[in-house]
Amino acid sequence: MTVEAKLGQVANYVDERTGAAAFLKKSLKKVFPDHWSFLLGEVALYSFVILLLSGTFLTFWFDPSMREVVYEGDYQPLEGVKMSAAYASALHISFEVRGGLLMRQIHHWAALIFMAAIVAHLLRVFFTGAFRKPREGNWIIGIGLLTLGIVEGFLGYSLPDDLLSGTGIRIAEAIIQAIPVVGSYLSYFAFGGVFPGELFIPRIYIVHVLLLPGAFLALITVHLMLVWYQKHTQYPGPGRTEKNVVGYPLMPMYMAKAGGFFFIVFGVTAFLGAVASINPIWLYGPYNPGQISAGSQPDWYMGWLDGLVRMAPPIETYFFGYTISWNILIPGLIIPGILFTGMALYPFIESWITGDKREHHLLDRPRNAPNRTALGAMSLTFMLVTLINGGNDLIATHFDLSINQIMWGTRIGVLVLPPLAFIITKRLCLSLQRADRELVLHGRETGRLLRMPSGEFVEVHEPISPEKAFILTSHEQLPALDLPAVDARGVKRAGALKNKLRARLSKANAEAVPKVSADDLKQIENH
Amino acid sequence: MKRLSRFRRHKAAAPLLLIIALLGIGGTFSVASATTANETNAVERSTLIEEGRQIFLKGCSSCHGLNAEGVSIAPSLIGVGAASVDFQVGTGRMPMADMSTQAMRKAPVYTEEEVAALAAYVASLAPGPEIPGMELLNFERDGSTAEGGELFRNNCAMCHNFAGQGGALTQGKYAPTVMGVLPKHIYEAMVTGPQAMPVFNDKTITPEEKLSIIKWIKSAEAEPNLGGASLGRVGPVTEGLLAWTLGLGLLIGVAVWLATKAK
Repeated sequence: MTVEAKLGQVANYVDERTGAAAFLKKSLKKVFPDHWSFLLGEVALYSFVILLLSGTFLTFWFDPSMREVVYEGDYQPLEGVKMSAAYASALHISFEVRGGLLMRQIHHWAALIFMAAIVAHLLRVFFTGAFRKPREGNWIIGIGLLTLGIVEGFLGYSLPDDLLSGTGIRIAEAIIQAIPVVGSYLSYFAFGGVFPGELFIPRIYIVHVLLLPGAFLALITVHLMLVWYQKHTQYPGPGRTEKNVVGYPLMPMYMAKAGGFFFIVFGVTAFLGAVASINPIWLYGPYNPGQISAGSQPDWYMGWLDGLVRMAPPIETYFFGYTISWNILIPGLIIPGILFTGMALYPFIESWITGDKREHHLLDRPRNAPNRTALGAMSLTFMLVTLINGGNDLIATHFDLSINQIMWGTRIGVLVLPPLAFIITKRLCLSLQRADRELVLHGRETGRLLRMPSGEFVEVHEPISPEKAFILTSHEQLPALDLPAVDARGVKRAGALKNKLRARLSKANAEAVPKVSADDLKQIENH
Repeated sequence: MKRLSRFRRHKAAAPLLLIIALLGIGGTFSVASATTANETNAVERSTLIEEGRQIFLKGCSSCHGLNAEGVSIAPSLIGVGAASVDFQVGTGRMPMADMSTQAMRKAPVYTEEEVAALAAYVASLAPGPEIPGMELLNFERDGSTAEGGELFRNNCAMCHNFAGQGGALTQGKYAPTVMGVLPKHIYEAMVTGPQAMPVFNDKTITPEEKLSIIKWIKSAEAEPNLGGASLGRVGPVTEGLLAWTLGLGLLIGVAVWLATKAK
């Protein structure tokens, strides 16, 4: 029997029992569009797999206990120091388990890359408008994954129980306590008494290794199933419509690409784990609530939150014996709450503004949605300014600046720069639209100068390719919503204020440089 | 005795007796306390002090005043002790390059002999912390690394960072790195509390504990970067920067490559 025949027999055996052939035949031919930015989510997915694998390795030796032990391991500078069993076992993994330090570093680097890839993926989805109908639900799942990722990362950062970990937990405790009225009760509940207690390491351990990874797996599955079912979005181009997907089939093209890409992601995290130190817990020493290190920072995805807390002015009020710490409550809970709620609801907000309830499978070029792009730039600026303040002490020492100046700079910057970024980005988008229009009408500047018989110099313009012209003109430009205050019979409509706001936003949103129409082109040809 | 008692009412008697008594007490004290100090040492010492005074007048007095009494822009040096001079001048902080925030560590302007002379001069003005001798500074023998680490994290890390890399203070001031500092200078800094640093006297941190701290610092300094490139030993900020630039940057590069090859 030949190999093919043998394989066929096996396949037949499986198919007769599961009926998988029909499903696979259809699925393996499924077409996906090709673009580098569609691989950002894949980076997140693969780093998640790496996190599961390396994390499982770490659980074989990690002892999630706050029992006090005296260190007797290989790392001499901590010889005889009292510490928690969790920290001692993390040191054991780093110094005595073969490959342990490499695995710890891979785990941590993969976590940082996981979060970075999620954010990059989110930005791609946002700026191209991929969240529009029918993908609003998947957008919300994505925001959920981002939020879970922040929490999961923070818990992992807290587990080794080194000085930096404990400092982070201490700040988390402060944020819990800042919740009005119930804060201190919640803190007692979470820590099983007064901070630090002896319970939080075992508690956050089980959340970190079981509860949240389970939630991740479930949400990622739904996230991907929805991508499968709703099909992937694609960039506009000739032959691409709202009804089709132009690309390559899953098998063999993407099987090979995605498989290879997984190993590249693994390779990059392993490379970083091998050459660059991350979270050297042995240098931090064991956690002790009486100690703190200069330059204690969270991992980057919490840096903006830390920056917000650092820039908050010290405001507290006292009500009937209760203290309300606005300086923690506003930056630690209220602003993140508004940001994440706004982010989750954005697809609905945008469709309310545009009045566009249709399905969209073709992506927007960011310049063709100036308002959205400007809003994204504004949010990014906000995040960057707060992130900079999160590292204000290191910026101060490394660039010879005053930490107070940086704090004041970011306090003012966080209010002034985001609106400025909005205005500048919107203008840039409109300018790019104008440039596109010029390109379609007059073609590409070649840089070749011609001298006319009359002595005049002109630059030769070359018409752009029809494909390019299609890309530059295929987008639709929706007019602003017409929402008159009175209806056709002259009766005042309900919700006048809401309508006024909506009309205003819609007008701002519809601002655009008119794209080239067929008439424009005809005119140009005649002239 | 009779011949002597004749002079007991003499007007010079009281001052003379006082001088004899003072000389007696001083002599007894100096014999008892400094048995090694002999006449030539004292002479050498006074020339050293004189040398120091000359250096001081040329290099320091414009800010600290002709008699080290201090003026509005610089503090008095009376009573700061030899340890303070040895630290400030020996690490190049004094003379200051600029007076904006705080004295910066740099290559020393004066030679070791000149620093010793300056220290002797300032110490001669009023007693203060002395330069720790080599015998006292035997941290390898008398210190404990693990205990030093605990002490460092308890007393020093909040400004100098967990690995002694330094950190920011308010208004542009900073706690400098403690890496690459001579043991005697670390000791002197603890005893004298230069600039924004508090004084850690022998009651707060005993001399043995100070040696333990020095031993831990030296061990951290000599420790190879066990996990690969250290990224400055400053915590998650540089790690995040590397994750975004090299980590995600490399992966995006590969993604672009994967997507273009398909065409």
